[in-house]
Amino acid sequence: MSTEFHNLQELRHSVSVATKVFIQRDYSQGTTCRFQTKFPSELDSRIERTLLEDTVKTLNSYYAETEKMGGQSYLEGCLACATAYLIFLCMETRYEKMLKKISGYIQEQNEKIYAPRGLLLTDPIERGMRVIEVSVFEDRGSSGSSHSSSVSSGGSSQR
Amino acid sequence: MSAVMMTRKVRKWEKLPGKNTFCCDGRVMMARQKGVFYLTLFLIVGTCSLFFAFECPYLAIHLSPAIPVFAILLFFFVMAMLLRTSFSDPGVLPRALPEEATFIEMEIEATNGNVPAGQRPPPRIRNVQINGQIVKLKYCYTCKIFRPPRASHCSICDNCVDRFDHHCPWVGNCVGKRNYRYFYLFTLSLSLLTIYIFTFNIVHVVMRSVNSGFVKTLQDTPGTVLEVLVCFFTLWSVVGLTGFHTYLISLNQTTNEDIKGSWSGKNRVQNPYSHKNIINNCCEVLCGPAYPSVLDRRGLMRDDLPVPTSAAEPATNSNPVPQTTKTTAPLIPNEHTPDDAKPSIADSANAHAEKISPSPREEKLPSLPKSSPTPTKVPPLASPETDAEASFIAKDKAL
Repeated sequence: MSTEFHNLQELRHSVSVATKVFIQRDYSQGTTCRFQTKFPSELDSRIERTLLEDTVKTLNSYYAETEKMGGQSYLEGCLACATAYLIFLCMETRYEKMLKKISGYIQEQNEKIYAPRGLLLTDPIERGMRVIEVSVFEDRGSSGSSHSSSVSSGGSSQR
Repeated sequence: MSAVMMTRKVRKWEKLPGKNTFCCDGRVMMARQKGVFYLTLFLIVGTCSLFFAFECPYLAIHLSPAIPVFAILLFFFVMAMLLRTSFSDPGVLPRALPEEATFIEMEIEATNGNVPAGQRPPPRIRNVQINGQIVKLKYCYTCKIFRPPRASHCSICDNCVDRFDHHCPWVGNCVGKRNYRYFYLFTLSLSLLTIYIFTFNIVHVVMRSVNSGFVKTLQDTPGTVLEVLVCFFTLWSVVGLTGFHTYLISLNQTTNEDIKGSWSGKNRVQNPYSHKNIINNCCEVLCGPAYPSVLDRRGLMRDDLPVPTSAAEPATNSNPVPQTTKTTAPLIPNEHTPDDAKPSIADSANAHAEKISPSPREEKLPSLPKSSPTPTKVPPLASPETDAEASFIAKDKAL
């Protein structure tokens, strides 16, 4: 790999996004949050299959734990109902705590695994929990023709 | 290359598409038409005030002081549930950003293949299998997404809402995944409150009539007649609604699905979301996790306003606001004007980098040491098109 990025800052200032790949939701087990572990073919040359699959599987397990119907979530629900849900004004819900944990995990994965390969995962919560957006970067120096107009996210890079 | 841009920080709710109104700097989210909601508030507060004024003093002395105390608690619970239902995000799904929309379009074209000229392209449907049942996911042309199962597009609010139940004018908001339990508790507690007030009105009139006579009682407490009238009509509708929603919850269905007959049993279609157990269904709907909003209404973002100059390139200076539909209609009417607008010349690469960065929900202004022009007037928030017409000092800057 000719592109080696030591940190995310370097990544931002020296590259432009070539394309974005979206990992969709997997609804086979209902409406609980789960993402497809099918490996997108566009990333074949950028990252090993197992790494991405592991990340998605870990994320799926975090989301499953968040939405699990168990004693703790029932207790939280009943306690909140008893206080007319005013307790949510001062207390963080279990879901919010897990989302912070997931956010930290994605950040860590980006720094360790994806940024060195010129990729960047976007937290699904920023995309309405619909997709995991994988931004694929190209080195600006190596591909001189790709001064694409997709500099702002308002424009589409496919134009 | 010369680019002229005025940048200021705005909260994300100010740039959200859809027909919602926002208050308290994005903390409150409602539908546009709020008239019926005010009526609901008036009826509840008015009737309870009459109850506290006319009945409670008599009943507290002659029966028990617990009666008004319980009424007050019930009243506060009803109001809390009503306000929570009305003010919270029902589970709105944000619209697809341009890249995602294009990606989905490409997938659709790949699936459909070449459509001969003159023929209508096939409807955009994606089939998924959920718990052994085939469910069709429809494509939303407004939001440019395939709607998740149980989501539906509300035409009044112009949003796709997850687990869409219905749009309730009485609470002035959609009822969806995030606020369905509050809505149900509102109808339940309101039923109890109505029955409570109605019962104690009757008790009060009977007790007083024994002493003073029926006509004199009504003359002494005219509020009672009004309360009885309101409660009588409310009782039928609200208790009926509570019963209907209890039935839906026990089957884990939404009003939308019930109306459309999605799981009516025709063609051996079963509800794939039901746990086939009433208790499990109730627990999931009422005691499930409290889903957070994915809208991030109060997050900060930069609003780049393109200044039309001859040198400016429209592509690079385009508004990086994440919406796919042009907001030609004036944006959400609100009481907020930006008081911390800081215009600065933004590096377009930095603007892009800020947008794609995953970690900060708040997007920070880049610390560029460039002198910035001060505008004569900060325009009130409006759609990007009208902002461009606002008057401000423009300066050419060479990058």
